[in-house]
Amino acid sequence: MAIKNYCLVCGGTGCEASKADAIYHKLRSAAETHGIGNDVQIVKTGCFGFCEKGPIVKVLPEEAFYVNVTPEDAETIVEEHLVKGRVVEKLLYKEEGADKTDLKEIKFYQKQKRVVLRNCGIIDPENIDEYIARQGYVAMEKVFFEMTPEQVIEELKISGLRGRGGAGFPTWLKWKFSADVKSDDKYIVCNADEGDPGAYMDRSTLEGDPHSVIEAMAIGAKTVGSHHGVIYIRAEYPLAINRLEIALKQAREYGLLGKDILGSGFDFDIEIRLGAGAFVCGEETALLASTEGKRGMPVPKPPFPAIKGLFGRPTVINNVETYANIPVIIEKGGAWFKSIGTEKSPGTKVFALTGKIENSGLVEVPMGTTLREIVYDIGGGIRGGKEFKAVQTGGPSGGVITKEYLDTPIDFDHLTAIGSMMGSGGMIVMDEDDCIVDVTRFYMEFCVDESCGKCAPCRIGTKRMLQILEKITKGQGEMADIDKLKAIGLATKKASLCGLGQTAANPVLSTLKYFENEYLEHIKERKCSSGTCKDLVTYSIDPEKCIGCTVCARKCPVNCISGERKSPHKIDPDKCIKCGACYDACKFGAVQVA
Amino acid sequence: MSMVNIQINGKPVAVEAGTSILNAAKSAHVNIPTLCYHPDLEPWAACGICVVKVEGSPKMVRACATAVTEGQNYITHDAELMEVRRTVIELIQSSHPNECLTCARNGSCELQELSEDFCIREKPFCEELKVLPRDTSTTSIVLDPRKCINCGRCALVCQQLQDVWALEFIHRGYGTIIQPAGGALLGESPCIKCGQCSAHCPVGAIYEKDETKELMAAIRDESKHVVVQVAPATRVAIGEAFGMEPGTVMTGQMYAALRMLGADAVFDTNFSADLTIMEEGSELVARLTDKNHGPLPQITSCCPAWTDYMEKYFDDMIPHFSTAKSPMMMQGAITKTYYAEKAKVDPKDIFSVAIMPCTAKKYEIGRDDNMQASGFNDVDLVLTTRELARLIKRAGIDFLNLPEEKADSPIGAYSGAATIFGVTGGVMEAAIRTAHVLVTGEELKDVNVRAVRGMDGVKVGEVPVGDVTLKVAVAHGMANVRTIMNEVREARNKGEEPPYHFIEVMACKGGCIGGGGQPYFTDEEVRAKRVAGIYSDDEKSVVRCSHQNPEIKQIYKEFLGEPLSHKSHDLLHTKYHARPLYQK
Repeated sequence: MAIKNYCLVCGGTGCEASKADAIYHKLRSAAETHGIGNDVQIVKTGCFGFCEKGPIVKVLPEEAFYVNVTPEDAETIVEEHLVKGRVVEKLLYKEEGADKTDLKEIKFYQKQKRVVLRNCGIIDPENIDEYIARQGYVAMEKVFFEMTPEQVIEELKISGLRGRGGAGFPTWLKWKFSADVKSDDKYIVCNADEGDPGAYMDRSTLEGDPHSVIEAMAIGAKTVGSHHGVIYIRAEYPLAINRLEIALKQAREYGLLGKDILGSGFDFDIEIRLGAGAFVCGEETALLASTEGKRGMPVPKPPFPAIKGLFGRPTVINNVETYANIPVIIEKGGAWFKSIGTEKSPGTKVFALTGKIENSGLVEVPMGTTLREIVYDIGGGIRGGKEFKAVQTGGPSGGVITKEYLDTPIDFDHLTAIGSMMGSGGMIVMDEDDCIVDVTRFYMEFCVDESCGKCAPCRIGTKRMLQILEKITKGQGEMADIDKLKAIGLATKKASLCGLGQTAANPVLSTLKYFENEYLEHIKERKCSSGTCKDLVTYSIDPEKCIGCTVCARKCPVNCISGERKSPHKIDPDKCIKCGACYDACKFGAVQVA
Repeated sequence: MSMVNIQINGKPVAVEAGTSILNAAKSAHVNIPTLCYHPDLEPWAACGICVVKVEGSPKMVRACATAVTEGQNYITHDAELMEVRRTVIELIQSSHPNECLTCARNGSCELQELSEDFCIREKPFCEELKVLPRDTSTTSIVLDPRKCINCGRCALVCQQLQDVWALEFIHRGYGTIIQPAGGALLGESPCIKCGQCSAHCPVGAIYEKDETKELMAAIRDESKHVVVQVAPATRVAIGEAFGMEPGTVMTGQMYAALRMLGADAVFDTNFSADLTIMEEGSELVARLTDKNHGPLPQITSCCPAWTDYMEKYFDDMIPHFSTAKSPMMMQGAITKTYYAEKAKVDPKDIFSVAIMPCTAKKYEIGRDDNMQASGFNDVDLVLTTRELARLIKRAGIDFLNLPEEKADSPIGAYSGAATIFGVTGGVMEAAIRTAHVLVTGEELKDVNVRAVRGMDGVKVGEVPVGDVTLKVAVAHGMANVRTIMNEVREARNKGEEPPYHFIEVMACKGGCIGGGGQPYFTDEEVRAKRVAGIYSDDEKSVVRCSHQNPEIKQIYKEFLGEPLSHKSHDLLHTKYHARPLYQK
């Protein structure tokens, strides 16, 4: 019997955390109960990207896009939609103010172009047949039987693909270096040690389309002459690991990995290495050290891994997103890829859009898309209509981008030019309520925690910068601290051994560049306008607005608010612990923070 | 070798391909400051002080770890580089205690020197020190993690040069410390006390346990008869502490200085080196002729760090070890027996002191009961070359201008064969000189056995001794031992003939002249000069073979009887025991 409906349930980690698994099982059991088990195909897919509205269930062919679905809704979807053929209006996504929004009209998706995430939210990542049905492993077959290694490298060169891990190094060149070295053995390594706070591009790719990475690694292996692949993935990604394991097993069963792949006589297999979650292990030399069983500490480059990498052998190491691009490039041609994005940064880039934004989620846009388009058109603007302050790209290694630069086309070179960086694709939006000094302090805290401790500028420099930032946020800053931050920032940037240290000062240096006034306000006026730095905040009650309802006095945990009923209240600043309970409790906006 | 043309600050230089920017600059007479870099080690690139710029690039690269590239102009000193270096030094200072005046490295500290060069007169950044106890669990080395600047030298020496792996990087970020794994103390760790960590540490974070006060206390004690022996390698190095060229032979001055310090008798470990050859050479000949005397190859046992290493990592080699004690322990045993008798001193009143290039020797004197063959501690105290130099300065002795003196008799004379115990290959060469006579009855025509000389980490050779072709191997630097031991094991497991008859091992690079207790700033050049000094001492000796030493003949005649005699066994031979890597 023909399948009437396809029901796609988002199975990304975000939606899983919101009971997507329960939704999936409820859908299945309800379909059975209603006797339509054979008429519908219910699959768990990878991430749809629109995480803000998750869990998401999409029903085909009607293209009904159900959002914020709960397990209880599953029954309704089956009963109404699948059985009776009536779309469940109340669960459909609607743009603000609209009665109905067609899938194609969803602004979140309109400016996106899905290349890397081409299969995410569409196929069942645990079923290799679905990948194959979407042209999966076609590129690999082409590389194994129709192309020479030189042709593959040439195609990548034409495509202009640059490493998506952060530095943007031309992928073809990396592969060529490795291909040109004569060695008894070589390695193909996938860096899946995604560590930026808030970033989950690689996790989603692996969860939603693991075969795209496996296929790309096999293509790389054939091109450079390697028989061993390693995927280094952090152990905190259990779902991605699980799906990778399933995918590897299926690929082996299909003869796409292992001995004599597809009868070509070529052997290649991939093993998974679990990382313990050290941020520095995303740095390639540290990653390789960790893979070898050593302490994850970077070593000087050159020699580059492409020449001398894992166990001293030539090693191609690319990140997940870079690999995921490769099968499509081979399949559709480098020129096709080159036509997307900008001249020097072709293709798309996946960003994890988070922070004070209406639509947080995973977005994939052509390079050259402006920040404004991402924040306002795709992201739906700042949450609660607040004022945009800045965007942090490149995670803790990046820098802030201010309002003036919202129209900067996003690609490797433009971001670097304005003092930030592409990084792996984390994008955190800040609004007027965020204190820039405090945000910088947060990033520095992360760097201090994640420094491996090998080189002095990073190990000590990050710690000293953090101490100074803490001092400033506590209202104990001095003017000399600004110069000290700049001096340490310069030394850390210039004299650190690896990318982690070299970029650790970026948040400090970029916020000092664009928001020096905010630092000066903290230091000179002992003031934090956003009210974030508790030590610099005083709470008071506006007697004009206070009606003497006594709610604040009752909420205050230290009883520092006094006043007669129906007359204005007062806060004793000496006793106040700045917990903000009164501010939250007052319904009349009488509690002021300054 | 292909040459690369580059510029250092605009000045053209041609250097060999593969040369680091650091060394290329040196050849252009420009010194780039360094801190974590040490020429004995692969660049670790941790400190960030040697950064330089490549013209046309805003980036800074590490001069120690970056090879030069044709056509590039390297900027080694400009305002920004100086500022960055200065800040890095200030950052390191901010995590390093301000205790220069009470530090073991006061005056020889590389961080101190850098700070002075950069004229750092105040600490701009808030100071935050580690609160960690000193590790005094060994009798040889003190580890003070508070002062550690995490340059990594000690750990790399321990892992790469010595293959011991007692020191590791523990924790991460600002909390990174270097110490044994699992929270073990050094004394509970695989540490072999070789002291190479202390010799390579740029600051006072790991240093020899200073026992100069103990020696002075014994000298002041009227009831004590203080007898001092000096080791072969100390004489060519101690001068460095007084500004002399490495390799200057200062034997006579050392004897004189020790007498000025108040020693009652001054002997030379070299005497017992000759004695060791008599015993160990005879043992070798015995093993060569009769399997019941023990398996071949025979492996030297005079290096205490090596014996400790063997007991921990290669305990299956115990039967191969020469039972002969080290020269120092032999000297101690005969000091409190033979010498005590002759000098009519009660051995209980003798305080036996050894001046050694080595920190492991401090451990050796208490390694087991066999070290009390005389019925007392055969050696009561070991001072390293560094400690003796310190003591001589403290006592106001004008060391360089002292008239040379001679050692006391009867256990002070030595042959050239004894003095070369201080270098790699020396024990082997000395043994061959005597074994030849023991086997063939004839003296060697040319006593120089060049096959076992030189600084290669592993030296393998065949030496004709009469009808026998003696197959020998020499290793120095503990990391070079494993391959030889594996060869021996493999042959043994297969039931094949042993690949060697005799193996000499010294734990430190270059042998004892590169010992962990020698003056600081030892590198390849310094080692080479010390080696030359040792061979010059051999060459100018009238007697160049151990068995020709008249005092050796005398002691066998008067006291020991003959090599491997019952008395020799009691006093001069020992046993070995397997030891766990970690004790906890």
